[in-house]
Amino acid sequence: MNDLIASNKRRTVALLIGFVALVVLVGVAVGGLAGNGTNGLIVAFVLSGVFAFASYWKSDKIALAVSRAHPADEVTYKRLHNLVEGLCIASGLPKPRVYVIDDPAPNAFATGRNPKNAAIAVTTGLLEKMNRVELEGVVAHELSHIKNYDILVSTLAVTLVGTIAIITDVAIRMMWWNGGRVHRDGDRGDRGNPLALVGIVLLVLAPLIGQLMQAAVSRRRETLADVSAVRMTRYPPGLISALEKLQADSTVTHSASMATAHMWIEQPLSGVKDAGRLGVWHKLFQTHPPLAERIALLREM
Amino acid sequence: MNSLLVVIIVVAVVGIAVVIVYNQLVRRRIEVDNAWSQIDVQLKRRLDLIPNLVETVKGYANHEKAALEAVIAARSASLAAGATPHEQAAADNALSGALRQLFALSEAYPDLKANASFVSLQEELSNTESRIAYARQFYGDSVAAYNTAIQKFPNVIVARAFGFAEREFFEAEPAAATPPTVNFGS
Repeated sequence: MNDLIASNKRRTVALLIGFVALVVLVGVAVGGLAGNGTNGLIVAFVLSGVFAFASYWKSDKIALAVSRAHPADEVTYKRLHNLVEGLCIASGLPKPRVYVIDDPAPNAFATGRNPKNAAIAVTTGLLEKMNRVELEGVVAHELSHIKNYDILVSTLAVTLVGTIAIITDVAIRMMWWNGGRVHRDGDRGDRGNPLALVGIVLLVLAPLIGQLMQAAVSRRRETLADVSAVRMTRYPPGLISALEKLQADSTVTHSASMATAHMWIEQPLSGVKDAGRLGVWHKLFQTHPPLAERIALLREM
Repeated sequence: MNSLLVVIIVVAVVGIAVVIVYNQLVRRRIEVDNAWSQIDVQLKRRLDLIPNLVETVKGYANHEKAALEAVIAARSASLAAGATPHEQAAADNALSGALRQLFALSEAYPDLKANASFVSLQEELSNTESRIAYARQFYGDSVAAYNTAIQKFPNVIVARAFGFAEREFFEAEPAAATPPTVNFGS
């Protein structure tokens, strides 16, 4: 189990480096097309810095607001609060803020930037459909995301993917005005430079590569969180039967959007259910490993 | 001249390594202390609930003197118990046993079971009980991590030098850990 955690951490670092490299490449490509590589690089860095800074402080509030989560009050949701408190004691975490989302689909997510500034949100559907041990498994999974700093990693991943998308978008749109040519005088003699072609290809591919990376980061983290959740509850059957219930349930989580898809315990958007028909390409873009795979892994423990 | 430089570098590297290991051990030791105080908080909470429970039960089932007195005795024993994890754990287990007996007896008193404050006390106590279990789990994890850290190879030198002692687990009788001998009558 420790090996799994260690290898996950290494891969996450590698992926984050990949993200940064991609941002830099895109910056250089844009700069190259605009005639000044250094400027493009600086713009890319400044933009990603600004986005990273903003999301570092505000991501949890945005995620909660987007999902229409409201604070769970201590009396109505006493069971949930008790459960969260207990598991926090077991894992040595400060108690996160607890939110409830009015949605019949059973699902949950965690957000924040560090354990001291974290929140977990569960849907009313989850509270209704899960018994105590299953709910405990789900909450432990979310607390593991907090403990492993997945919440920060996924926030940064979203930010970097978003930054790449914005830069390439802007660049591609701007290029129509100039055809990728830098010099306006003596246009006729200018046969265009081959580097510009590479730049265009890079700009087209970058958002896709970014999304692939986001999905890959997220898939690893889900498996890791499952494993640490079981370590926290010391009771694998709880999480297994919770995941089985999620698998059997076909309600689509309406409170989730594309932007927050990777945060939930179960992939909230359709497509994951017909796992048998998913091609290799489709699978690459999934933010979660198939539930069947996750259940099989837990069974082995 | 050159060899002096080598000596200085070696000393610096060793010094830095010692500082890193020392800081890591201190962090783990603080975590153990923190985990221990978590248990302590929950145990105190339970002790605070007991006088109210005893008063409530007395009103309905005064003749269950033995069970009530067992709980009171276990509570004062727990208050008087030494600070080591073993002693605390023993007192805690005795108190849990006495409480379980009291709750089992209370099944025979429908009026008591219907009493609102009794119900909420029972809930609070079972809640606290599960929190104690969680806190014990965290303490156990922290102690295991700390004890491993001070016994690993390069760490053990630093640990010895600065007097990092092994910590006890929160268990009542170490003797109970020895497996029972089984004889299939050969």
